[in-house]
Amino acid sequence: MDEILLDVRGLTHRFRLNRRAVVRAVDGVSFQIRRGEVFGLVGESGSGKSTVARCVMNVYRPTSGQILYKGVNVCDPRQFRANRAMLQTTRQIIFQDSTSSLNQRMSVADIIAEPMAIHHIRPKRGTLRDEARFQLKYVGMDASYLDKYPSELSGGMRQRVAIARALSMEPELLVADEPIASLDVSIQAQIINLFRHLQEEHGFTFLFIAHDLSVVRYLCDRVGVMVAGKLVEVAPTAELFDNPLHPYTKALLSAIPIPDPRRERARTPYAFDPARFERDGELVEAAPGHLVLRKGGGAE
Amino acid sequence: MNGRQTEGKNNSPALLEVSNLSVSFDTPQGELQAVRGVSFALREGEVLALVGESGCGKSVLCKAVMKLLNRNARVKSGSVKVDGMDITNYRERDMERLRGKLFSMVLQDPMTSLNPTIPVGEQITEAVRVHEPKLSRAAVRARVLELMRLVGIEDPESRYRLYPHNFSGGMRQRSVLAIALASRPRMLFADEPTTALDVTIQAQILDLLREVQRKLGTATLLVSHDLGVVARVADRVAVMYAGRIVETGTAEEIFYDPRHPYTWGLLRSLPAWAEPGQPLYTIPGMPPTLIDPPRGDAFACRNKYALAIDYEEAPPMFEITPTHLAATWLCDPRAPKIAPPVGGEARG
Repeated sequence: MDEILLDVRGLTHRFRLNRRAVVRAVDGVSFQIRRGEVFGLVGESGSGKSTVARCVMNVYRPTSGQILYKGVNVCDPRQFRANRAMLQTTRQIIFQDSTSSLNQRMSVADIIAEPMAIHHIRPKRGTLRDEARFQLKYVGMDASYLDKYPSELSGGMRQRVAIARALSMEPELLVADEPIASLDVSIQAQIINLFRHLQEEHGFTFLFIAHDLSVVRYLCDRVGVMVAGKLVEVAPTAELFDNPLHPYTKALLSAIPIPDPRRERARTPYAFDPARFERDGELVEAAPGHLVLRKGGGAE
Repeated sequence: MNGRQTEGKNNSPALLEVSNLSVSFDTPQGELQAVRGVSFALREGEVLALVGESGCGKSVLCKAVMKLLNRNARVKSGSVKVDGMDITNYRERDMERLRGKLFSMVLQDPMTSLNPTIPVGEQITEAVRVHEPKLSRAAVRARVLELMRLVGIEDPESRYRLYPHNFSGGMRQRSVLAIALASRPRMLFADEPTTALDVTIQAQILDLLREVQRKLGTATLLVSHDLGVVARVADRVAVMYAGRIVETGTAEEIFYDPRHPYTWGLLRSLPAWAEPGQPLYTIPGMPPTLIDPPRGDAFACRNKYALAIDYEEAPPMFEITPTHLAATWLCDPRAPKIAPPVGGEARG
């Protein structure tokens, strides 16, 4: 059995809007990610994917539930403090919007080297600047960009810098929150290839959040589908695409646009009414490794 | 130059005819040539899609036609004709009369194009009033409800008083479309109308665009970078690169028989075309800067099929069929024959 790197158990996060209204952004979500696996989390906007990512990264403190990273419950303040250095250096996140996630007043070299400076890590390659140069080269940019500022770079370049910054810590878990959603098609392909290459080379574990299923199909080993804060289906990628069980997954799969006029026009998307979505139920193993949310649970 | 006039051979008359249009921006670094000699025609009742990467001039082209450009932009050459009438030198006052009646626009993000403090029904009412000031109050209300039904907002009477924040993204985009259609425009410019929406909603909005277009006969110019979206609704496609239209044809011609290497690159980089286990195809290099653009074909340095002449002289539009044109020297009878790496039907 492979080692489980991240174990999310019954994660619930509520946002209190005012005295009465509470949004259950994430509601009892459980999943595991094994070491070296690319796990995709898909769902439409507002389904709670990003909230899960932020809870995993300790940006939010969940209302209830546990997140075990290497056996350490990151939601428990005492355990967090005891393992702070390990948690902060081995987990890294890449955000969707590189314009707001990079400090506009810092040069590319400083941005990439900042995590190392913060954690007082001695650069393997001499100086921090050499390290920044190395990481930049690794993501496919040359040294001439070291002294540029984020505003001088294109969207794809900025996203590469964000990736280089995350990689400078040599993380074990990389969380990517819609890293390619704001990029052009041809740039998207470059970044996806980069992720794939890095994953093959480093073998790091990946929580990849996306709404574009064709990308998920290409990149991920296993996929989890979320609707309205609930995880409704988890399965290996091929299994999910060949044999979707939950009605929402079917709707999502049928909505992937096909770049082929004749087939695209013949396609009728499978309708899914979120109002009639059944929130109750448990994840049941319908096939080996294939979990689906069903009412009343049922036998294993 | 590549401004050869070969459009408009189809039977239906051209509603909008843009010929050899060039737009430049004055920037501190110099003159940025955003649109460089673009010609196209939009006919009554068709959907023309404008495809290209960001920065290739798609949006500038739309704005130039509607004369909504910033002050630092200059229309250097070319003409814009509507119904055979030249509007190139129209002033703002003349344009105000045309906008709405003739063309409307739907923008990318419905959250920023609606006023968050005014109920949706009233925002549509406002649009109806501006264009038909003499309508009675009851008639205006009837028209608003009719518009809301047209764009698929069910139960419009009770939704009339709701605010944009009560609506989902898809419903907001429907409201924006209702506002755009309030003036019964003959042309609709849709700038990335589904980019901000979820995949499950995307197809609904596209089908709605198509349905409205069939019911009202509105000609639509759809700007998009998503070839899946384009495949669903477009009758004709124009591919733009570095301020020029490099290939234009019917949707079938562009998807099944693309001729320009840039179109090949765009199609091949889609994950839907990828072989499992193989890296995705990427177009090498970066788009050129449009301040002082390169001589010859702007795509040459990223094109592995580039010929020597590509670096010297910009290719004209070669005619493949009466509807299918491509600006690449590969279509010249003297050029070596290259089997296109894409075309045909997508997997999966």
